[in-house]
Amino acid sequence: MGKAFSKPVSLSDTMTHYCPGCTHGIVHRLVAEAIDDLGIQGKTVGIAPVGCAVLAYNYFNCDFQEAAHGRAPAMATGIKRVRPDLIVFTYQGDGDLASIGMGEIIHAANRGEKFTTIFINNAIYGMTGGQMAPTTMPGQRATTAPTGRDTELTGMPIRMANLLKELVTPGYVTRQAVLNPKQINRTKKAIKKAFEYQVEGKCFSFVEVISTCPTNWGLTPLDALTWAQDTLLPYYELGDYKIPE
Amino acid sequence: MAKVLMKGNEAIGEAAIRAGCKNYFAYPITPQSEVAEYLAKRLPEVGGVFLQGESEVAVGYMIFGAAGAGERVMTTSSSPGISLMSEAISYIAGAQVPAVFVNIMRGGPGLGGILPSQGDYFQATKGGGHGDYHLLVLAPDGVQEAVEMTMNAFTLAEKYRGPVMIMGDGLIGQMMEPVEFPDTLKTEPSNKDDWATSGMDHRKSDKRNLVKSLFLDPTELNNNNLALKAKYDQMKREEVLYEGYNTDTDYTVLIVSYGTMSRVCKTAIDMMKEQGIEVGLLRPKTLFPFPEKPVFDAATKESCKHVISIEMSMGQMVEDVERSVKGRREVDFYGECGGDIPTPEKIIQVIKALL
Repeated sequence: MGKAFSKPVSLSDTMTHYCPGCTHGIVHRLVAEAIDDLGIQGKTVGIAPVGCAVLAYNYFNCDFQEAAHGRAPAMATGIKRVRPDLIVFTYQGDGDLASIGMGEIIHAANRGEKFTTIFINNAIYGMTGGQMAPTTMPGQRATTAPTGRDTELTGMPIRMANLLKELVTPGYVTRQAVLNPKQINRTKKAIKKAFEYQVEGKCFSFVEVISTCPTNWGLTPLDALTWAQDTLLPYYELGDYKIPE
Repeated sequence: MAKVLMKGNEAIGEAAIRAGCKNYFAYPITPQSEVAEYLAKRLPEVGGVFLQGESEVAVGYMIFGAAGAGERVMTTSSSPGISLMSEAISYIAGAQVPAVFVNIMRGGPGLGGILPSQGDYFQATKGGGHGDYHLLVLAPDGVQEAVEMTMNAFTLAEKYRGPVMIMGDGLIGQMMEPVEFPDTLKTEPSNKDDWATSGMDHRKSDKRNLVKSLFLDPTELNNNNLALKAKYDQMKREEVLYEGYNTDTDYTVLIVSYGTMSRVCKTAIDMMKEQGIEVGLLRPKTLFPFPEKPVFDAATKESCKHVISIEMSMGQMVEDVERSVKGRREVDFYGECGGDIPTPEKIIQVIKALL
């Protein structure tokens, strides 16, 4: 009998630094599986963000560049424009993409840059230690919102997929989650589709993934999954927001 | 090749193409937008990439990405725009990838003005962005030299795998002068397979490349900074460029001046010569590495009693001049930086006041 399950070739054999229960590992694997499935490992360049996934370049087995906070879409633009034959993806969290990098992601999407963005939304800053993100839920506690996010002072959480959908430029925009096996399978399909659009040279593709951060939410891994399901998903509705013609 | 009459900004754009640079990202800002306008038309003709970014911040990272992928790339901007790009420049230096930046300086601080200035000397030579790094900084005094330095900048950026800056000013960008373009550069960036994220298939390798400036291990970070320092030390040994003017005379005053300002000083020196006053000029063509020993030697010539740094700033390069002269002569300074370039008559008045 052959091997039924193995590590994707595009993932390196390295112990990650992620906390127990963190869903980064799942999404890393899904990205690596998509790269393997499409046979594009040898021409893929990833862009690591600033935040928990800054060390993503240690976990993927392909060329990688590391960006400054929020600038990954600009770097991806630079690479993809001068080497359209490469497959380029950015892997960014919500502090990186939706706060400091808002300008770069909007304009890259609006130019229809032919790269893929994987956007991890766990409603908090992870690496810097649980500060409020633009995606933090109303009333959700964070180290910089100790009594919970006050929307009178900080506005409502930003829904990136909804925002990017409004751009007139064609693109693939979807929001998925990795809170249970069914969602993980759907996310896998979405990530693969996002890379396929790039391989076809079709459009910018954006996969938002609702994720967990048990450490900074102060929850056990299982409670974190439940909290995300009950609190995040009603506000961050899953599904395809935009599909290219 | 015959000389052609070209505006400085356009000549810089053409020089980049002739240096084999087919990739240009920029954001408009006066007084250098003509580079972008010229290349928006010209690059498609040669199968190149032109992209107007959404901000200088983003452009800095488009440059970083493209350079990291191993392709020749350039951007141009002016002072406030260079401030915004300085974040990326620090990352580019830390990650050790070659890229060319052109600063057609305008007055500051803040929004300042749009007229010529040399107010970004500190920013270019002492940092700009964070951390221990230097740019190799070339300072042309006119359109011809801007062309030659732009072409050389790519070779230097690749030799040192780091950022190189051309420091012009609004006058050099805007004025027209006859220029002759040197032969097209034939060189390809060497050994880029060792570091560029060009794709494993592309370089037929199963070893992936990483472009990064993060080194969490203190020893690794220290080693990266030591590698950078070794480059800067090599630049100091191998890349110093300067010009002496009227320095074969028994001058009593030595002017140190660069770029546009040095040309006014040359006119003043010629006029003073007719009046029997000998003044020498030492013109740094590289601002980093600074021509420390040539300045020291010129300043300590027996006939030389006074040294003066003349700049379109409130006194920036003068600190490097003082450092180079090592207290052997008193170093004076004269500068204006509102946008009016000091006239030869004004320079003569300043020099005569020293005597």
